[in-house]
Amino acid sequence: MKALVWHGKEDIRCDTVSDPAIEDPRDAIVKVTSCAICGSDLHLFHNMIPALMPGDVVGHEMMGEVVEVGEAARGKLAKGDRVVVPFTIFCGECDQCRRGNFSVCQRTNRNKQLAEKAFGHATAGLFGYTHLTGGYPGGQAEYLRVPFADTTHIKVPEGIADETLLFLGDIFPTGWQAAVMAEVGPGDTVAVWGCGPVGQMAVRSAFLLGAEQVIAIDYLPERLSMAGACGATTLNFEEESVVERLAELTGGLGPDKCIDAVGMESHVGFSQPDTLYDRFKQMNMLVNDRAHVLREMIYVCRPAGIISIVGVYGGLVDKLPFGLAMNKGLTFRMGQCHVNRWTDDLLKRIEDGQIDPSFVVTHTAPLEQGPELYKTFRDKQDSCIKVVLKP
Amino acid sequence: MSLADKLSRPARHPGDPAVLESGPSSLGAADKAAKGLGWFSLALGAAELLAAPRVTRSLGVAGHEGLVRAFGVREIVAGVTSLSVDKRPGIWSRVAGDALDLGALALAFAGSRKKGNVALALAAVAGVMLVDVVTARALDRRHRREGPPKDFSDRSGWPNGLERSRGAAKDFGKPTAVRAPDAAPRSEASAASRQLEAIH
Repeated sequence: MKALVWHGKEDIRCDTVSDPAIEDPRDAIVKVTSCAICGSDLHLFHNMIPALMPGDVVGHEMMGEVVEVGEAARGKLAKGDRVVVPFTIFCGECDQCRRGNFSVCQRTNRNKQLAEKAFGHATAGLFGYTHLTGGYPGGQAEYLRVPFADTTHIKVPEGIADETLLFLGDIFPTGWQAAVMAEVGPGDTVAVWGCGPVGQMAVRSAFLLGAEQVIAIDYLPERLSMAGACGATTLNFEEESVVERLAELTGGLGPDKCIDAVGMESHVGFSQPDTLYDRFKQMNMLVNDRAHVLREMIYVCRPAGIISIVGVYGGLVDKLPFGLAMNKGLTFRMGQCHVNRWTDDLLKRIEDGQIDPSFVVTHTAPLEQGPELYKTFRDKQDSCIKVVLKP
Repeated sequence: MSLADKLSRPARHPGDPAVLESGPSSLGAADKAAKGLGWFSLALGAAELLAAPRVTRSLGVAGHEGLVRAFGVREIVAGVTSLSVDKRPGIWSRVAGDALDLGALALAFAGSRKKGNVALALAAVAGVMLVDVVTARALDRRHRREGPPKDFSDRSGWPNGLERSRGAAKDFGKPTAVRAPDAAPRSEASAASRQLEAIH
């Protein structure tokens, strides 16, 4: 089959690879009909996330048709079912899964010992990510083996376009979880850093949860126009001061809730000197992450406010003003998305017409064009915000 | 399959897809050239740092070892930058470094007792500078944003408008939704899951 394979930094190729097969009674094989390139795929593309290896199949946003089902998954899945595959693989039975904390499932990470050494405790297995999260082959491919398939799936109805449903597997519930973790509610002012696909979903989720004012922060006009389209107030940090403008928009109080949808590779520019320092240290392997957004959120957030982090961080950060956070009494919540904890509700909202996540798709192309579109997406060429690939 | 793919194979699980035939890469010719120049910078920088007396002797400018070492540090910084994802500033910094090298060698030419070697070095630097400029311009063409940004102000994502959707989920369960719910009673584990539990 054809699949997008990581061969090294910035080197992704559309290769011919061997077909997956059922390995465990709980497995299923899915014929992928649509998959997407995620912002966090770019961290892998840049080799910023440790423990990816040449030859790994990438991709963790995918959906398709079930073509083969293992014996133990047959009660829950059948050939021909249309499913979105969540990026977190979960067993549904361990203590964390029974609490709904699927992204920290205790049993699906098949490189558990490696992860325990690196993180202290193993987190869930993830598709197409690092070997610290199990090294499972990803879904930017024609076929995908889904382990623990009896639980790791979201059944979706026919009659709704792939582009509307595909993002249930990651960016929509991730943006939603960001807003829920921030406890967004009526009357709130919410500031969202980063208007990439997850930021766009977080902005809309904040509105769904009743926020009065949502402020979307980025520097790319196309992303700001998309955020503005849904009613957000936009803030271009290359044209105005984030600190001053947020103070102005909140009567000097600061946003009640701050959402980081940027993560470890925040924009580097002369207007924000700390980003140059971060980039220098990151380039020389002295830190993993560029923490500009974290610093800014801690500084501007209203005292006793909430900071919600869904942007991906990889390891060590530097110069984090934790004293400010402590003295301001800020609450931090963060994490990889517990996808299936939210998807029944979100699918219903799509079916009810409350939201159509397909608004975010800017590029659709065959899988073979994936390598070039990684570059297009990374370089933000052609106003690219979200790429959907068709195997 | 590349050597790196083969070496990483033992760390992968037996059923995982293996590369049978490699396709086109996201790396363009300019990216590959930048990578080569980055490694060249590191090697040259290391040589200038570690063998400065030999460099100055061969150019007939003994006594300027400190300057050569400083140029070595500059080369290493340019090399690290060129090998990073920020390769465009890395290669352009190499071009600036080439100009500095040419200036320094031109000055050295007048006072050197080994003018032939200095002339050779000048020619080499000029050649490398040409490669650097061609690569830097190719990288600019390949990676720059072109054309005006698109306007997506018609993409709200609200099929029925903002006012119908704003607050549609306000009864979602804040703030308990973010708290870990009590553990549900353990369900009867399947044979497969009991087997897995035994393994872990």
